[in-house]
Amino acid sequence: MSASAVHTSAPTHHHYTTLGLDSRKVAIWAFIGSECMLFVSLISTYLIYKGRSVVGPFPHEAWTDPSTGQVLKPILNIPVTSASTFVLLMSSLFMVLALAAVQNKELPKRTRGERILGNSKLWLFMTALAGTIFLGFQAFEFTSFVHEGLSIRRNLFGSTFFTLTGFHGAHVTAGVLWLVTLLAIDYRRNLGSRDSLLVDICALYWHFVDVVWIVIFTLIYLLK
Amino acid sequence: MDTHANVPDSAEAALHAPTSEVEHSHPTWSTYWKVALILTIITVAEVWAYYIPSFVASRGFVPTLLILSALKFTIVVMFYMHLKYDHRLFRVLFTGPLLIAGLTLLALMFLFGHLFIKIM
Repeated sequence: MSASAVHTSAPTHHHYTTLGLDSRKVAIWAFIGSECMLFVSLISTYLIYKGRSVVGPFPHEAWTDPSTGQVLKPILNIPVTSASTFVLLMSSLFMVLALAAVQNKELPKRTRGERILGNSKLWLFMTALAGTIFLGFQAFEFTSFVHEGLSIRRNLFGSTFFTLTGFHGAHVTAGVLWLVTLLAIDYRRNLGSRDSLLVDICALYWHFVDVVWIVIFTLIYLLK
Repeated sequence: MDTHANVPDSAEAALHAPTSEVEHSHPTWSTYWKVALILTIITVAEVWAYYIPSFVASRGFVPTLLILSALKFTIVVMFYMHLKYDHRLFRVLFTGPLLIAGLTLLALMFLFGHLFIKIM
């Protein structure tokens, strides 16, 4: 078989495992499993160094700035982070609605509600928007922390906090780019039920990013 | 699992095409909304607990938050990631590394962190 023949026939083939599972879906689950290990290593580092910073700012305790003598509040802003957590949780809802809309694209939509629920472009857009809002909250949080004197080099809390949440933010950014790409494909050639695996894989990644934040929110922000 | 609309045309792939054993229907839209409501209620409960000083000072605060967080984690994985409905292999691929990572976290916390085993 010539090289050109291999090249032209390859895109039409979908690889299945001996269990009848699509290899791409097996791959994304294996990837998510490896990502679990990455984030647990970062969370472990945070927890090991928790409460061992010599100088402030501290996450949950007030501290005195030695240069000015000013007493400063704990640095974590729980109301803002709770709002961003809610936005990310809602983005997971939008994502499953987008997947359901793509999977049921060929079904007839009789009522207005069914047409809204079956609009994959709307839900993909809403998911990307929610992800972007979450990133905006994170940018606001990072900026305010730096203004209050907490940088990645300031203390152990700063180093572990920025590394962990920065890695998570980078994953959210990648997810938003992935969603925007799917949205562009949907606008270009209408995603149908035959494309549901494309959306399913993206959805799995997005929900994983969400569950990582569920853990981070509790361990970093709420546990004192 | 309804991700196999593009049926491969080769004979070998047809041989390995998904069987009814691994085909499961995903939850409905109403289930997704209910799950979102439950996740929101749990998150509100977590934040509420954070603002009750007497509860924060009690011994039940940390376990309660950890249990609520684990509950949210499980709900998202089971219903939104469809692990409850998908093939068993995906469950193994996810829970295997998660278990190893969790045990590593515990070991590290005992070695270098704030967890101690009292001997004697």
